[in-house]
Amino acid sequence: MRAWLAGAMLLVATAAGAVQPDEVLDDPALEARARALSEGIRCLVCRNESIDESNADLARDLRLLVRERLVAGDSDAEVIDFLVDRYGEYVLLNPPATGSTLLLWGAPLALLLLGGGVAVAHVRGQRKAGPETLSEAEEARLKDLMSGR
Amino acid sequence: MTPHPVGAAKRLAYTGGMIVEFGHFALVLAFATALVQMVIPLIGAHYRWSGWMAVASPAATVQVLLVAFSFAALTYAFVTSDFSLRLVVLNSHTDKPMLYKVTGVWGNHEGSLLLWVLILALFGAAAAWFGQQLPPTLRARVLGVQASVGVAFYAFIIFTSNPFTRLAVPPFNGEDLNPLLQDPGLAFHPPFLYLGYVGLSMAFSFAVAALLEGRVDAAWGRWVRPWTLAAWLFLTIGIALGSWWAYYELGWGGFWFWDPVENASFMPWLIAAALLHSAIVVEKREALKSWTILLAILAFGFSLVGTFIVRSGVLTSVHAFANDPERGVYILAILGIFTGGALALFAWRAPTMQAKGVFGVVSRESALVANNLLLAVACFVVFIGTIWPLIAEMAFDRKLSVGPPFFNAAFTPFVIALAIILPLGSILPWKRGTGATMRKMLPAAVLAIAVAGLVWAMETERSLGGPLGAALGVWLVVASLIDLWSRTGRGPLSGRLSRLTRLPGADWGKALAHGGLGITIFGVAALVTWEQEKIEVMNIGDRMTLGAYEIVLEDVSRVQGPNYISTLARMHVYEDGRDIGVLPAEKRVYPVAQMPTTEAGIDNGFTRDFYAVIGDPQTGGGWAVRVYIKPFANWVWGGAIIMALGGIVSLTDRRYRVAAGARKATPQPVPAE
Repeated sequence: MRAWLAGAMLLVATAAGAVQPDEVLDDPALEARARALSEGIRCLVCRNESIDESNADLARDLRLLVRERLVAGDSDAEVIDFLVDRYGEYVLLNPPATGSTLLLWGAPLALLLLGGGVAVAHVRGQRKAGPETLSEAEEARLKDLMSGR
Repeated sequence: MTPHPVGAAKRLAYTGGMIVEFGHFALVLAFATALVQMVIPLIGAHYRWSGWMAVASPAATVQVLLVAFSFAALTYAFVTSDFSLRLVVLNSHTDKPMLYKVTGVWGNHEGSLLLWVLILALFGAAAAWFGQQLPPTLRARVLGVQASVGVAFYAFIIFTSNPFTRLAVPPFNGEDLNPLLQDPGLAFHPPFLYLGYVGLSMAFSFAVAALLEGRVDAAWGRWVRPWTLAAWLFLTIGIALGSWWAYYELGWGGFWFWDPVENASFMPWLIAAALLHSAIVVEKREALKSWTILLAILAFGFSLVGTFIVRSGVLTSVHAFANDPERGVYILAILGIFTGGALALFAWRAPTMQAKGVFGVVSRESALVANNLLLAVACFVVFIGTIWPLIAEMAFDRKLSVGPPFFNAAFTPFVIALAIILPLGSILPWKRGTGATMRKMLPAAVLAIAVAGLVWAMETERSLGGPLGAALGVWLVVASLIDLWSRTGRGPLSGRLSRLTRLPGADWGKALAHGGLGITIFGVAALVTWEQEKIEVMNIGDRMTLGAYEIVLEDVSRVQGPNYISTLARMHVYEDGRDIGVLPAEKRVYPVAQMPTTEAGIDNGFTRDFYAVIGDPQTGGGWAVRVYIKPFANWVWGGAIIMALGGIVSLTDRRYRVAAGARKATPQPVPAE
């Protein structure tokens, strides 16, 4: 009970809209970059939300941090590296396709190719099997019908 | 005359208590009935004992009556605020509006499972009532398998999640329902989802029964389709309701988050959509039989996966109100036994299924195979993305997140591919087609490309999403119209128009569902590409402009609701100087549950929503105010509703009623071309 209430509190604490007016940068280009970056960064204390959507204190700190780095002249990649160094790759909502994560990105493609191959083989294969044939029982019945019995 | 008020109250409490006890007892009886309904008909079908098989139908009826009574008793306890029940204490309060006292019955783990078995029993009984024409062994097996699912869930409820657990010392009042659930959108979201999830159990039961029978024919395809169609359309409505709720309630107008719980409902939807299409191939052409059986098993398998994810909380998710890992193990066992058992049976029996119809590379069948492949792989993308954090942690010791950026990148290509091939496949004839048939769709393609060009030219900020979404939307909608029109044959306009009104429900349903998909795709693309947002601090009387809109914060007041306190902001909105009215935006706090919720002020429009949210009071005075222009927002859910409507229209097709039960003695003749 307490667990789910706490969970629900987390959810709602994060549910009232995120970016506060005082966080917005004056430079619209930098602000746009900050928003785009924020969408890919996880609010670490929330359940499955980006810092852009979350209203948690930590998300606000991270949003300010992202903006601080951008104002200091970091590139997007540098900001991401900085966050990963500090918080681990858990902070990224879009896991980079390296190492074992290649499996995540590759598996759907592999399944598509495999499935496509099987499907093509099936369609081609049944073509070779030739036209529809009747079973013996059906042949017999057809004969009966044709001979008018 | 009430000389002994205390005595009267006691008597009332006593009667209420008895009703609850009877409800509990009815649940146990329903469990016993389901056991009978599972064992006796399955044995009877095996030995061809008609008396034993005949037990199935009345048992299904008795079972649904018992569980319905049990559900009614629990509802009674909620409505009368019987705080001797643990569940009522945890999820209700005397001040709660009556609507939410009723919907609170399923706004929790135990009650929602009771709703689950009620719907399961209802589907079983419906199969018994409407399936009079089914071959007796198939009917007995379908009902037996359906009951076996029931047995597993009754045991789960009675032994781990009993809604009728009493408290020794009842408190004076309850702890109130999670305020997020006190909303019409979310109140009715679970029942629709359950109708969908559980409806797929019918497809499962038919598939397992067919494997036991050892035969799948055109008639089987025809019987299984209406059930799948019904389940799919309920899922469509359920998912759309959930998404709409998130849009207006979560405070920034997001409508899809790729949250594990959302994905849990989306996976069965995708597989059910594939199953709907492959069952047509079984029905019309007697091909793809074993694949269709596999899909039917997987569809319900994913429903169970969904139940597992929601009920166990094993994957962290925003839907935190159902966390309980221990119960998760039970559901995992149910999932393993049913899906594993059915797949083993499939591996053993499926090779005996012989396809009858052969088809060319360019044919309706091939297009539907492509449809199935894309839907199945799209479902796999959702599946692997959802469980990957778990796999990565267990197998590779990496703690990582998989969020919306992954799903958007990996899922969208499948939607695009699907939307492109859909009209081509829908116009192709069965068996063998040519490129010439597809040329009928040329006008749709030309129009789509023209609209995309126009949109590109009109855009102030260049983006691919907008034009692409517009092109796909036009392509799907216009192609559906062409498809419908091409079915009216040849001849004078008046004749074709009158034939148009007499086309079978299935044709109209198909056009509506496909057109609806186009509308949703366009809505999603437009909303995510062209959304505009502004965040500012506003004092009372301040003005803010966003695009063609001007917003004046008129006042902010505190309002007392039945079980909440609200901060109500009134924002006067002008579009191009024209007064479009005052939007109320609220922030509510529910004191009993100690939770805040946001109620956005939304001006709904055909081409855009204007969306306003009141935020926190600022330290330097004023309020944080967020306003959004959400282009074509309503098209997202409008398209989904049209899709569901297509399902309903298709269900009314008289061919299901007339021929649903009639066994086909002879194979359907294949028209010469």
